[in-house]
Amino acid sequence: MTDFPILSLVIFLPLIGVGLVLIIRGDEITVARNARAVALWTSVITFVLSIFLWIGFDASTADFQFTHRVYWMPEFNIAYHVGLDGISLLFVLLSTLLTPICILASWESIQTRVKEYMIAFLLMEVMMLGMFAALDIVVFYIFYEGVLIPMFLIIGVWGGPNRIYASFKFFLYTLIGSVLMLLAILAMYFMAGTADIPELMNFNFPAEMQTWLWLAFLASFAVKVPMWPVHTWLPDAHVEAPTAGSVILAGVLLKFGAYGLLRFSLPMFPIASIEFTPLIYALSIIAVIYTSLVALAQEDMKKLIAYSSVAHMGFVTIGTFTLTVQGIEGAIYQALSHGVVSAALFLIVGVVYDRIHSRAIADYEGLVHRMPTYSVIFMIFMLASVGLPGTSGFVGEFLVLVGIFQVNTWVAAFAATGVILGAVYMLYLYRRVIFGKLTKDSLLAITDMNRREIAVFAPLVLLVFVMGIYPIPFLEVMHASVDNLIADFEVARAAYEGVAVAGQ
Amino acid sequence: MPSASLPNLIPALPELFLVCTAMALLMLGVFQKAGAKGEDVRTGRFVSNLGAIGLFLTLLLVVPIADNGTAYTFANMFVSDPFAVFMKVLILIASATALVMSQDYMHRQGIARFEFPVLVLFATVGMMMMVSANDLISLYVGLEMQSLSLYVIAAFQRDDLRSTEAGLKYFVLGALASGMLLYGSSLVYGFSGTTSFETLASVLQGANASDPSVGLVIGIVFILVGLAFKVSAVPFHMWTPDVYEGAPTPVTAFFSVAPKLAAIGLFIRVMVDPFGDLLAQWQQIVIFVSVASMALGGFVAINQTNIKRMMAYSSIGHVGYALIGLAVGNEVGVRGVLVYMAIYIFMNLGAFACILCMRRGDRMVADIKDLAGFSTTHPMAAAAMAIFMFSMAGIPPLAGFFGKFYIFLAAIEAELYALAVIGVLTSVVGAFYYLRIIKIMYFDDVTDPLETGIPRELGLVLLGTAAVIVLFFVFPGPLLDAAGTAAAALFAG
Repeated sequence: MTDFPILSLVIFLPLIGVGLVLIIRGDEITVARNARAVALWTSVITFVLSIFLWIGFDASTADFQFTHRVYWMPEFNIAYHVGLDGISLLFVLLSTLLTPICILASWESIQTRVKEYMIAFLLMEVMMLGMFAALDIVVFYIFYEGVLIPMFLIIGVWGGPNRIYASFKFFLYTLIGSVLMLLAILAMYFMAGTADIPELMNFNFPAEMQTWLWLAFLASFAVKVPMWPVHTWLPDAHVEAPTAGSVILAGVLLKFGAYGLLRFSLPMFPIASIEFTPLIYALSIIAVIYTSLVALAQEDMKKLIAYSSVAHMGFVTIGTFTLTVQGIEGAIYQALSHGVVSAALFLIVGVVYDRIHSRAIADYEGLVHRMPTYSVIFMIFMLASVGLPGTSGFVGEFLVLVGIFQVNTWVAAFAATGVILGAVYMLYLYRRVIFGKLTKDSLLAITDMNRREIAVFAPLVLLVFVMGIYPIPFLEVMHASVDNLIADFEVARAAYEGVAVAGQ
Repeated sequence: MPSASLPNLIPALPELFLVCTAMALLMLGVFQKAGAKGEDVRTGRFVSNLGAIGLFLTLLLVVPIADNGTAYTFANMFVSDPFAVFMKVLILIASATALVMSQDYMHRQGIARFEFPVLVLFATVGMMMMVSANDLISLYVGLEMQSLSLYVIAAFQRDDLRSTEAGLKYFVLGALASGMLLYGSSLVYGFSGTTSFETLASVLQGANASDPSVGLVIGIVFILVGLAFKVSAVPFHMWTPDVYEGAPTPVTAFFSVAPKLAAIGLFIRVMVDPFGDLLAQWQQIVIFVSVASMALGGFVAINQTNIKRMMAYSSIGHVGYALIGLAVGNEVGVRGVLVYMAIYIFMNLGAFACILCMRRGDRMVADIKDLAGFSTTHPMAAAAMAIFMFSMAGIPPLAGFFGKFYIFLAAIEAELYALAVIGVLTSVVGAFYYLRIIKIMYFDDVTDPLETGIPRELGLVLLGTAAVIVLFFVFPGPLLDAAGTAAAALFAG
């Protein structure tokens, strides 16, 4: 492999777009048009470059690839260090894919302060990519937290009527979890003498310390995932955020938590992970069943999808803590699939919201008569969300259930109930919005999707089917890394149980 | 040293230069022909410019002294070490910037008189003395020189009731604090027989440090009280909001940076140099003061309607964070404090530059709600203000995060876990009111637009400080190295 730091280039390429957008001058319409074009081109080029990362990726090894290390604070032994393994690569691709889609989706719906909006999105892309690629725990934290700034502004400036409440809730909830994680990071740094993630993974933290560190990390990741009972910021943030904001929030930001659990909690604190597995199961089951029921009662489309996100992320946390190959791969797959499907569902709500300016389910009926293309696309993603075989949602849920069934059949039974409930609320939503007679005056003149909107959905539809029918290329990439994770974990478990037995 | 010979003046050269400059400017102002109002204003601006240049030249004098390492003079009462140089550089930057920022405001308010820059210069000399003090006597002289100048400029807008009230309040409470400090010093002298920091440090070792006499401890507590007042730490913070609100805005900007730096510098030197071995005696006091400052600064700031008052509580909170580093009481902790204060002055100067842009016609406004829609009327200033607010809230990758980062790094290393947890939780409370400013600027609509023109010097200050805050993470090395050297020098002695 060459020494060219292609990964760093991908991470920071959107910054060039930010610079270009900043220097745009002229009257408002010109500025808006050019800002959109620059942002779209930058993000598309970033996506194309990130494809090369996948092509150049060697799936046979669990080592970090495309690593790039620059000394940053040498006397503290903290360095800018990035790299990808099979777990983070796919999340990086998800981020680079969703950003241009978001920019395209905001083409017409965002008319005020377009320049600032595009800057915020491009900055957010930098933060997301940096977060997934970071191999230094301090660098990780900086990117992880930095996302708050653009997201806070996106919700607060371009959001709905209750946007201020939602943006504050989002910011403060996330911050309070994260600062505790920061202290844990500092404690780890002193104990291990390094901030390098690969080195920290090989460091054995003392068992009683692991408990505290694990809890501090959970405080942050549980808010991000989000897990019950700290999920309440999510429906508010989703409802008030502009469509593209919801897409990034559901598509990528929620994955921060899942990724964090896989990258930090499991490999670094295996003993605490074993001890707290029942807690995670319990919280996840509550999330799956309770939020599914809550979703069923929603009158707001975005809120319904937001609650369904909590339920789907519950599968991800269950799968992660099964510590079986199927469970973890299923969790990652489910996270990716949810990234595509929930992003698409928010875009679907955005399509009708742009026309009618309402998200209330009661304001819609019989859309199939006026919007056939829309109805088909909605159906595809609705079924993917339910987990119909042949769509991406099925593979993830199935693998997670296979994984959890080997470990705990009760949890498996509850999780499977969640799948059924998922079908109930999604089909119910679909029936109310799409079918029936079209009698409302406001809907009589509604138009079907235009070409730009179809272009937005085309890659997502394709991806849902490819991931559902032929999952091998995706699973192949993560296989070596997941195997390695579990192998390391088993060593730690054996050592721990050996000690426990000897102690008796 | 023969008593007749002249002491070595080289280490104190910057102070001597600055004090001569200040006196020359005073003469210049006094002997300028008193005449029409326009004449006075011109003199005021001229002296102000010369004062800023003088501060800058002093900065150029301070920097080469850093290469000389540690030097003592005036019978060991004055020390110039890397720690003092580090603080002096920051103090001079802060004073010069504050002076430049004041010009437009002073002109508009009709108080552009030459006494103001002269007093700022004298106060700055006092601050430089404070951070170079190596004796309880020179400490007090420096402190009073600074304080007396500050009392006057707090009341500089003498036709304004609140400004005079601020000056008087500051004076009465400040005098009380100075009295306590002096009383504490006399107790320390009485129970140890010396006022020199070095002799104190050598006396207070071993058995004397592990089991000090009660009188000495009471003396230290009184000194702590006086210093806590000067850095405006809870529970000696009461003067801060009133003085910040009442004093003319550029004076508030000056108060919130330079004297704070000097007082923190003095605080560190007194606690570490002579009383370093008594850490067990004063650590819990500093921890309490720190926690109380962070909590009060965070919670009370939420309800403020005046932005200057809010900044006062914000500064109380920031002092709380800085004191965490001191409570740790080792080199890493002090380095954290130094980095924190360096970043703090840039954030604060920038934020006050924004506040100085808030006016309607020629009338200055300072209500937080006046900022509504600031982002549409002043896009660049609002962006800068948002950067400062996010930075003060400690959100990466902005510089304010790194300030907190090094502080908490030190606290965790010293295993002060509870203090660190309280610190981060109050920082979330703090984030709320900083976000509130951003919310008002960006999310609210314009009700009564502010005047749009930004004076050129304020624009430059905004640009410079914002660039420092945003780009700090790219080049953290120089500041970290300088702070590291400064902290190491303090602990080597």
